[in-house]
Amino acid sequence: MSQLDFFEQFSKGRRALSVSELTARIKTLIEAEFFTVWVEGEISNFTRHSSGHWYFSLKDQFASLRCASFRMQNRLLRFKPEDGLHVRARGRISIYEPRGEYQLVVEHMEPVGLGALQLAFEQLKNKLAAEGLFNSERKRQLPLLPRCVGVVTSPTGAAIRDILRVIRRRNEALNILIAPARVQGEGAAQDIMRAIRLLNGRAEVDVIIVGRGGGSIEDLWAFNEEPLARAIAKSRVPIISAVGHETDFTIADFVADLRASTPSAAAEMVSAARDELSLRLERLTRDLVRAMQQRTNRSRTILGELERSRGFQTLRSRLQSALQGLDFSLNSIERIFIRRLRLHRENLNILAARLSEADLARSLGAHRRRLLSLDARFASVAQGMITSKRERVSVAAGKLNSLSPLAVLARGYAIAFDEKGRAIKRAKDVRAGDRVIVRVNEGQFDCTRNKEE
Amino acid sequence: MSSEKSFEASLDELERIVKQLEAGDLPLEASLELFEQGVKLSRDCQKRLDEAERKVEILLRSTDGTYKPAPFEESESEE
Repeated sequence: MSQLDFFEQFSKGRRALSVSELTARIKTLIEAEFFTVWVEGEISNFTRHSSGHWYFSLKDQFASLRCASFRMQNRLLRFKPEDGLHVRARGRISIYEPRGEYQLVVEHMEPVGLGALQLAFEQLKNKLAAEGLFNSERKRQLPLLPRCVGVVTSPTGAAIRDILRVIRRRNEALNILIAPARVQGEGAAQDIMRAIRLLNGRAEVDVIIVGRGGGSIEDLWAFNEEPLARAIAKSRVPIISAVGHETDFTIADFVADLRASTPSAAAEMVSAARDELSLRLERLTRDLVRAMQQRTNRSRTILGELERSRGFQTLRSRLQSALQGLDFSLNSIERIFIRRLRLHRENLNILAARLSEADLARSLGAHRRRLLSLDARFASVAQGMITSKRERVSVAAGKLNSLSPLAVLARGYAIAFDEKGRAIKRAKDVRAGDRVIVRVNEGQFDCTRNKEE
Repeated sequence: MSSEKSFEASLDELERIVKQLEAGDLPLEASLELFEQGVKLSRDCQKRLDEAERKVEILLRSTDGTYKPAPFEESESEE
């Protein structure tokens, strides 16, 4: 029996249809006819029900269509519908019999104009930005000296190869710990989140690179998902995002502590701070040695002026040749020192005798005391040299020490301090019986000033 | 975290020592003492810069469900 026959029969017999009967007939007809339909319009009166269902209207200039979209479908949508948004919706028309109303039950929806993913990206970006997740004050400093760099990526992808290539080329003293994760496709975001959690649980990791090589927006999509963005924001360890190429921006890039344009660039970043520190250390060490050299040079000049007086010349040259003798040969150092010491003692005796003969005791008293003090110092230095011969060999081997004024001590100079720790520059600074601390290359020892002559 | 803070602090300390030495108004013995401190700081810092072992490892799930680091073999086959 055709539809028409059905109605004919009722109208001829004057038998009225019940509302339910009519509505049921309409429902059958309409729902069969509009089982799958695409419709395009602007969203209005959008409401989210607590059940997770959405209710809204699609309208154009002249008409309006009630729509319902159920929770199961809504979960699959990547963008969030909102009033004013122009969309294409696919669904079926359904009649709601109790109210005699029809509506579109939406099965799928996509924005018109902008791609769905693009729109989703913009929406999530705006939402997280409004929450302050991208604020610069949230960004943490990268560690200056990372001991271990965690890398979240595919162990077979281009990203890890690029990162390792950079690290190897720069010969960085860095440990790498890879937490493998799928970086595209269903479940990739969850995989990446798990890997970030894993690395956060390892105490040695102090910076994490999260990334992958380039691809389409679909390939990179995992890095635009909200749960991943929140996981990055929550990470204890600072995160560098390194997704795709320079022109690819993802939500992960905005929320990460630092965005690297490529995985290689991320590897450069974790190494850069080390380089900077290394350079700074090198520069400071150079400056340190130079400053000390200048300081001792100045002292040497002053010393030279003080010692230019007659009577010191001979002693001074003896001292100099004795010191030069030290450099001749480490093997003969002991022998040389004993000989020099003997020579020096003889010379000193001659000088002392000459001084007293000339009866210049008063004016030369200071000089004589100084000679004696030099003698004592020289003797102790020589002794120190002999006993620390082995030490000297290793010190001479040290590059830094070869430059340093400390090496002067190692060559046998000594500094005498008084009890207050001040350097004794004149013999008259010390009285008979005073305690004198003599500092040599290897430690120091106490002396007592002899009775004054 | 603390070790790297102290690294930077060491560098700052070294910088301070160099400045003091460069000013040149200290007695020789005090300069020497400073210099010695500086040399020690410099050596400690250098040691710390070189101390990582250049390991590359990957976290793999072991039979008991925990993740353990294992040496990473780079695969050359896939692009």
